[in-house]
Amino acid sequence: MTDQELTLKSFALRRRMLTLIHGAGAGHTGGGLSCLDILSLLYNRVLRITPETVDSPTRDRYVQSKGHCVEALYAVMADRGYFPDADLDTVCHYKSYYVGHPTRKIKGMEMNTGALGHGLPICLGMALAAKMDGDAFKVFTLLGDGELAEGSNWEAAMAAAHYKLDNLVAILDHNTLQITGHTKDVMSNEPLDEKWRAFGWEVRAVNGHDYAALTQAITTPHPGKPLFIIANTVKGKGVSFMENVGKWHHGVPSDAELAQALAELEAAEKKLKEAVA
Amino acid sequence: MAEKLGLKKGRANLEEFADTLQQLATADKNLVAVTSDSRGSGKLAPYGKALPKQIVEVGIAEQNLVGITAGLAACGKKAFGVSPSCFLTARSLEQIKNDVCYSNVPAVLVGISSGVSYGALGSTHHSLHDFAVLRAINNLTLIAPADNFETREAVKFAAAAKRPVFLRFGKAAMLDVIPAGTKFEAGQAITLREGKDVAFLASGETVIHALLAAAHLAEAGLSARVLSFHTIKPLDTAAVLAAGRECRAVVTVEEHMVHGGLGEAVAATLLAAGLAPRFKIVGLPDEDTVTGAQADIFRHYGISMEGLAETARGLLKT
Repeated sequence: MTDQELTLKSFALRRRMLTLIHGAGAGHTGGGLSCLDILSLLYNRVLRITPETVDSPTRDRYVQSKGHCVEALYAVMADRGYFPDADLDTVCHYKSYYVGHPTRKIKGMEMNTGALGHGLPICLGMALAAKMDGDAFKVFTLLGDGELAEGSNWEAAMAAAHYKLDNLVAILDHNTLQITGHTKDVMSNEPLDEKWRAFGWEVRAVNGHDYAALTQAITTPHPGKPLFIIANTVKGKGVSFMENVGKWHHGVPSDAELAQALAELEAAEKKLKEAVA
Repeated sequence: MAEKLGLKKGRANLEEFADTLQQLATADKNLVAVTSDSRGSGKLAPYGKALPKQIVEVGIAEQNLVGITAGLAACGKKAFGVSPSCFLTARSLEQIKNDVCYSNVPAVLVGISSGVSYGALGSTHHSLHDFAVLRAINNLTLIAPADNFETREAVKFAAAAKRPVFLRFGKAAMLDVIPAGTKFEAGQAITLREGKDVAFLASGETVIHALLAAAHLAEAGLSARVLSFHTIKPLDTAAVLAAGRECRAVVTVEEHMVHGGLGEAVAATLLAAGLAPRFKIVGLPDEDTVTGAQADIFRHYGISMEGLAETARGLLKT
């Protein structure tokens, strides 16, 4: 899938994510929009997984550590055919498997996540298992800014470098906002690049909405070291009144707000299509 | 009394655990031990030397240990995460709850030097909360073996299990309390002695004291039933109810705080069935625990032949 095709797809994915959050009456809208391009890229270009190979021992693994942005993942996975799109109308409803964080009851979800600071240690175990068995699969996780305050990440950061896990990729959805406000005000975590490098990781910083740059960052080999990608993103990306606005962390759009957001995305999509034509 | 009963001295359950694990791992390359700078206290140094590719060292990082163990298990490894029980079950509780139990991976978590095994080191190193917190997490089998036989069988059970298991081992040398030929089944208590006056329902390293107390009471003409509740969860409710119906008094014994452990599980089972025998939970009270060797602490809180016999006599008098 070309960068242009991915960009065109992103409008539909954003719309689907917003409508499912609206239907659920709950969700993490701002972070979902910021990480959606990363997820779309992973599932459409990078991960060696398909709905048919979800049980293959040698499949790549993806664990969403920032599990609270599962709505973006739902939209991307439904689009790739892991489960019917209609299932997403049940998100957060009574007895639905499609809860507000990833669970293994859903086809293709590797682990139950949602409590922060869990994904990296789990992925470390998965990456170690691959090394032990001589398997070539890679393990990917997506982290959030606020999540990095959890100490378990740093325990895992130390161990992943110790074991030279060059089959492990951690991507930070670096939108610099968390529920209470700017990460620098809540608990500063910069300079992230120097910190992860000092822990023994290969570190790459890119625009998290630039498919070409992200692809290069993810796919360029990093022998002997785990890879940490600082994906600079915009919280609420794609919807004017949501971008960089803290209240959309888990804000649910009203009917009018949803209509406006959908209209904006449709207009942007139309404009791009016209430019392409 | 132990000599009278012909009980033989075994070794520490920890040592039995480590040897059994090594035997299983030698036969199964898929088995992996994960330790948090704890291969010494876990008696896993020989394992590490013999099977260096089947041991993962994570350093002193218990949350990471549980997450890694879960990740290994999710990728088809039979992973045993080994760490002192006090840290494993307090510091990593959320990882146990989410990464292992909620995700339902076949990981085995091993709490070593459990209860008051580190007695003299003080309350930071006591694990008197682990039954309580782990009982409150669904999808976990919780086992505290009484002797070397139960330890061997529990490790074999855990290695074959398709779902999460927690094992708890102490450091003291154990007497062999389980007779040869006994069948071990997780979730099923083992009856060591029949009796009608009082039933001692005991777990882990306290079982021997219940057995000795029963023998002591027999000399005074009182018959005491003794059961090893090696599995705290799922609880053998049939054995609990039989004791409640058939015995005049029930005494539970555990190396755990009196809140949230075997005793309260037994009490709830009895009461829900409308049974109210004379009843006492013997464990560590809700106070700053005294320090000392495990045996000193046990004696202090009545987890001893004399203490348990006195508790039984007191209940039967009322």
